[in-house]
Amino acid sequence: MALDRSVVEKAAGLARIALTPEEVERFTGQLSVVLTAVERLKEVDTEKVSPTASVLPVSNVMREDEIRPGLSRDEALANAPKGGRDGEFFRVQAVLEDRP
Amino acid sequence: MRELPRSIREAAELLRTRKASALELAELALDRSHRDAHNAWLHLTDDHAREQARAADVQLRQGDAPLLAGIPWACKDIIGTKRIPTTAGSRILEGYVPPYSATVVERLDARGAVMIGKTNLDEFAMGSSNENSAFGPVKNPWRADRVPGGSSGGSAVAVAAGEVVFSLGTDTGGSIRQPAALTGVVGMKPTYGRVPRWGVVAFASSLDQVGPFANTVEDVAIVCEAIFGKDPNDATMVDMPSDDLRRDLDKGLKGMRLGVPKEYFSVKGMEPGVERAVRDALKVLEREGAKLEEVSLSLTDHGLAVYYIIQPAEASSNLARYDGVRYGLRVEGPDLIETYRRTRGKGFGPEVKRRMILGTYALSAGYYDAYYVKAQKVRTLIKDEYDRVFEKVDALVTPTSPTVAFPIGAKVNDPLSMYLNDIFTLPVNIAGLPGISVPCGLSEGLPVGLQIIANSYQEGTMFRVAAAYERATPHHLERPKEKAA
Repeated sequence: MALDRSVVEKAAGLARIALTPEEVERFTGQLSVVLTAVERLKEVDTEKVSPTASVLPVSNVMREDEIRPGLSRDEALANAPKGGRDGEFFRVQAVLEDRP
Repeated sequence: MRELPRSIREAAELLRTRKASALELAELALDRSHRDAHNAWLHLTDDHAREQARAADVQLRQGDAPLLAGIPWACKDIIGTKRIPTTAGSRILEGYVPPYSATVVERLDARGAVMIGKTNLDEFAMGSSNENSAFGPVKNPWRADRVPGGSSGGSAVAVAAGEVVFSLGTDTGGSIRQPAALTGVVGMKPTYGRVPRWGVVAFASSLDQVGPFANTVEDVAIVCEAIFGKDPNDATMVDMPSDDLRRDLDKGLKGMRLGVPKEYFSVKGMEPGVERAVRDALKVLEREGAKLEEVSLSLTDHGLAVYYIIQPAEASSNLARYDGVRYGLRVEGPDLIETYRRTRGKGFGPEVKRRMILGTYALSAGYYDAYYVKAQKVRTLIKDEYDRVFEKVDALVTPTSPTVAFPIGAKVNDPLSMYLNDIFTLPVNIAGLPGISVPCGLSEGLPVGLQIIANSYQEGTMFRVAAAYERATPHHLERPKEKAA
């Protein structure tokens, strides 16, 4: 299927990836080729088939909810990006707007 | 001593007869690895290796050391290592230092194995040539202008070039078996659910498995014994004893039924030299007493499509965590969304971006049923087809990859032709089966791999076939002639 640039731009937006115009151009062409190959799946009759999410013969693995040692606060914060740590916290930009 | 022993068994013998110490083996491995001319390594961990080697020497002197004590190994840099950088081959994780080790690393540590360093790979294990690493491509020791395969190219090359005795990689669609084939070593992907993935950077969670590279089938089985088995930190596992892995290595092939899937030999782009080497291998297996049967896996052709929906879809979800908040790169913008976009736009390379876009598209409203659910249904059919074939045969024998190592740069701008490298390996991940690649000769002076696939949890059977083939041929002894710089 030939993709439109806008489809690539929309998916990149959903995936939160900034692309340059050249990347949009290049990926549109390359992904059109891949999607065309992938669309051959339509040929397979799957009317009475149920989907497989995992081949593992197990589900809902349970265990006792026991307290175990975890990471210390410093270990958990140690990889904070540059400018991303504020004492005991990760520093992030506001998610919600201030109330008027 | 100028060369490392070829196998774990040889090394263990040297260590136990005091002909070498673990520290000497570690120094030799470090020396060779520092002189590596293939860009196989991202970090060499000299001090850590020496410390582990000294501890192994103490254990060896006490006389109760495990088989892996003092054996130098290499770890793919997508497997987390405590206090040692782990990048997954990506700029977005440059400088990241895990606060804990993956369970597989802890298990090798506990057995006294000596980690020499972390190996290069395609970014987030996405690739078949190692050209997608943010830290430069790995070169094939057989010919410097050729790729080593991928994504575990560095781990394959570290073994092929004699820099370590074994290594760990990860295999989502062929990322252990294909580079093993292209560099002339043994590489193996276990049944889905046998190896803990705790501490391994997640790529496509219904497909990923950790597995070993080594020079011999027995070594691969020895490493599997060490890393197999349930881990309370990984809920996606089966509880299964692994005491049969080396039991049948010497049994030979008499009475075994081996399936030859005809669709694996009629693929466009299969090189005649590869087909010839694999056909010769089939004759050897027959001569050794196996009964060969042609079988049909009619959906082989559709494996690629199923894989290139499910794998990017799962990856697009897994890689959502790289948001510049808690670790890794952050490129700040005027607001949070813009920070996410800039961080990921700068931190991810082109192949990762392509797959994020493809996966997000396949999961998005209006397309989910047509792509993702459809692929999951065909996945059911592919699994069913393997199940039926394994009612008739003990194992399948196929080529590992349709080509030998191709020139660096040849396929990098043509994703689909790159993806076709894994046409024989990715159906095995789709069905969750174990697969191994063993060297089966040369074509154009470059190694060819023979893939053996067994039913789920039948690694013992798979090793039996692989070991019998190895004993019957000298191919596993061939080594690249190119010298390290």
